[in-house]
Amino acid sequence: MSFGVEVRDLTVRYGRTTALDGVDLTLEPGRIHGLLGRNGSGKTSLLSVLAAFRPATSGTVLVDGEDPFENPRIMAGTCLVRESGDHMDDKARATLQIAAAVRPTWDAELAGRLVDRLQVPLDRKPSQMSRGQRSALGVVVGLASRAPLTMLDESYLGLDAPSRYAFYDELLADYAEHPRTIVVSSHLIEEVERLFEQVVVLDHGRVLLADDADALRARGATLTGPGDVVDAFLDGRRVLERRTLGRTAQVTVDGGLDDAERRRARDAGLEIGPVPLQDLFVHLTASGDRP
Amino acid sequence: MFDGRDPIYLQIADQIRGDILDGTLREEEQVMSTTQYATTFRINPATAAKAFTELVDEGVLYKRRGVGMFVSPDARSRLVAGRRDRFFADVVEPVAAEARRLGIPVEDVVARLRELAAEPAPRRPDVAATTTTSTDGESS
Repeated sequence: MSFGVEVRDLTVRYGRTTALDGVDLTLEPGRIHGLLGRNGSGKTSLLSVLAAFRPATSGTVLVDGEDPFENPRIMAGTCLVRESGDHMDDKARATLQIAAAVRPTWDAELAGRLVDRLQVPLDRKPSQMSRGQRSALGVVVGLASRAPLTMLDESYLGLDAPSRYAFYDELLADYAEHPRTIVVSSHLIEEVERLFEQVVVLDHGRVLLADDADALRARGATLTGPGDVVDAFLDGRRVLERRTLGRTAQVTVDGGLDDAERRRARDAGLEIGPVPLQDLFVHLTASGDRP
Repeated sequence: MFDGRDPIYLQIADQIRGDILDGTLREEEQVMSTTQYATTFRINPATAAKAFTELVDEGVLYKRRGVGMFVSPDARSRLVAGRRDRFFADVVEPVAAEARRLGIPVEDVVARLRELAAEPAPRRPDVAATTTTSTDGESS
């Protein structure tokens, strides 16, 4: 079972601060979505509204066709794990028992395996745990809940590298067997981007980009060669970055090249390279100005 | 493994084509499932599925319902035919362009091609390794 998400003109304000500013968004059910954005871009506010942790200031939010706020059916099927973990201060064992009791889709076997693999100390309270252990407990709750809408808000970032890779493996293996809607938010993109089928980029409380991950990977291009040749080729394209070394220029442009353009660039003696998702993200969100 | 130059699904498709061409994957052999691809290479299963869709459309793979993906009986000959069609555009034209850029006369290129064609076909690495072990080891 998978919940889809429809968001129309969603605004969230905290006092005079606008966290989300007219967000329109569709998250197709049964896919892994990457939610990317700089710190303060509105990722956690968006996920908190989807999980009914807080109401929208204005706008429409539908999870599996219904408003999630104070909606028992939607809340039982929605799991948000925030970086803090939101755990009650009781032993990890108790936290897992409660999750098992309230989650109709809980998988105890998966939980047991994750506890072993991520080395969660079951007899400790979150206040006695390291950051990594608290992250691991959050990941266990997030994955073993097997919720139709599972959202992991940077919850795995406290894990060390071997545990993060174990988490990616377990996430993919379990998702392949039990497809559901999964949203993974991160500002560390390189490591997780291959997990995503679709990507949403938030910037200053607005949706900057929302597309198929492969389309975004093909979106930019770098052109390297003699400066005047590169300039002649740019032809009104949007330049994201320009570096020069002597007479050689390397320019990152927004917008992919089709086969004819690639051939023309190569014939002109230019080298064409891809723009990794992380670089595209950095270029597009680097400006400190509000749009 | 996948260097990010092309979308990952194109790289997976290319790798499967290569495995069929050099005989690593035989006709009627089952290929890894999307789940196996996803967990082995840490990619989204849909990415692997896209590669399979492309290869099914090309007639290189076919699906046995409930079992998985298999290499088509004529996959190799299809791939060979396709590569032959593109050989001049993909391989010869860049050679000609580079030779022109470097001022290498076309006769020299042709002469070298004739020399190479006259030599015995290169053996597959595993065969070559076993035939050179009996010599003094200076195979070049």
